[in-house]
Amino acid sequence: MSSQERITQAIYRAVDELNKTFPKGVHLEKSPDAPLYGQASKLESIDLVNFIMEAEEQLNDEFGTSITVTEERALSQQNSPFRTLGTFTDYVSGLLKEHGINGD
Amino acid sequence: MESTATNQHVILVTGASRGIGEYLARHYLTQDYRVVGCSRGPSPCESENYRHYRVDVTDEQGVKAMFAEIGRDYGRLDVLINNAGVASMNHLLLTPLKVARNILETNFIGTFLLCREAARLMKRHRFGRIVNFATVATPLKLEGEAVYAASKAAVISFTQIAARELADFGITVNAVGPTPIQTALIKSVPPEKIARLVERQAIRRMGEFRDVANVVDFFIRPESDFVTGQVIFLGGV
Repeated sequence: MSSQERITQAIYRAVDELNKTFPKGVHLEKSPDAPLYGQASKLESIDLVNFIMEAEEQLNDEFGTSITVTEERALSQQNSPFRTLGTFTDYVSGLLKEHGINGD
Repeated sequence: MESTATNQHVILVTGASRGIGEYLARHYLTQDYRVVGCSRGPSPCESENYRHYRVDVTDEQGVKAMFAEIGRDYGRLDVLINNAGVASMNHLLLTPLKVARNILETNFIGTFLLCREAARLMKRHRFGRIVNFATVATPLKLEGEAVYAASKAAVISFTQIAARELADFGITVNAVGPTPIQTALIKSVPPEKIARLVERQAIRRMGEFRDVANVVDFFIRPESDFVTGQVIFLGGV
């Protein structure tokens, strides 16, 4: 499995964990276009916090790293990396690349 | 390192090498807790249930590494006692910027950093008790302690808002505000200043370590799961 696939799978595991906390019939799709926040998103702010923490843990477990997803630059980017699952995946791929894990 | 994942409750005490922190570390060692302590220097505590980290609470990488080990080795953190703190009695006109920054960094940023990392670990089990340290110098508006009292005022605000942000994770956040206690923290404060401060308390005596432990015991007991965002000042202040 490529690093990029491992990243995606780790993030999807975080989605699975998040979905367990939702009532029946509500779930976050495992799709790059799935919105994480904004009007189109089903997530409450606390759900987004839970998802980010879970994704961070899954990624660090998968790659043996200690990345922090919510770095200052993530919070200050004009286009937030937390808009969709796809932008989030791209952002953490970049972070992991800086730790020597190439997702290409 | 061999995993020591445990069913024992794990408690982390910052500033554990002396004073109130050392007392609390020993206090919880007698109560079947697995105690983790941290401070910049070594600890006099020796027990198979005690582990000490030499880490500065303002050092993000050092703090994160400590929590990573606690998570890996114990698999849990139940209680954080954010005791580490510094003070410097000085008129504000005579307070060097470096001293002011150090007080804010240790007392407020240290508290924030430890809370953040602890909550990440506590949320795994949807249970946690965080006790921060305020001071009576804040409500008493103690002259000579402007920066120290302000740093603890920040801790109080932080405690009250963190309590709301972490409630959904089963984590309570409270603070204890001690009166003067005979520790290194007040060793440079003139005795007459301390006497005047004690006079302003409802109960006019110096605080003791057991007074602090009593409040912390209350905050961390399982039955206190409906108590959060509270600050208890000792001595009736």
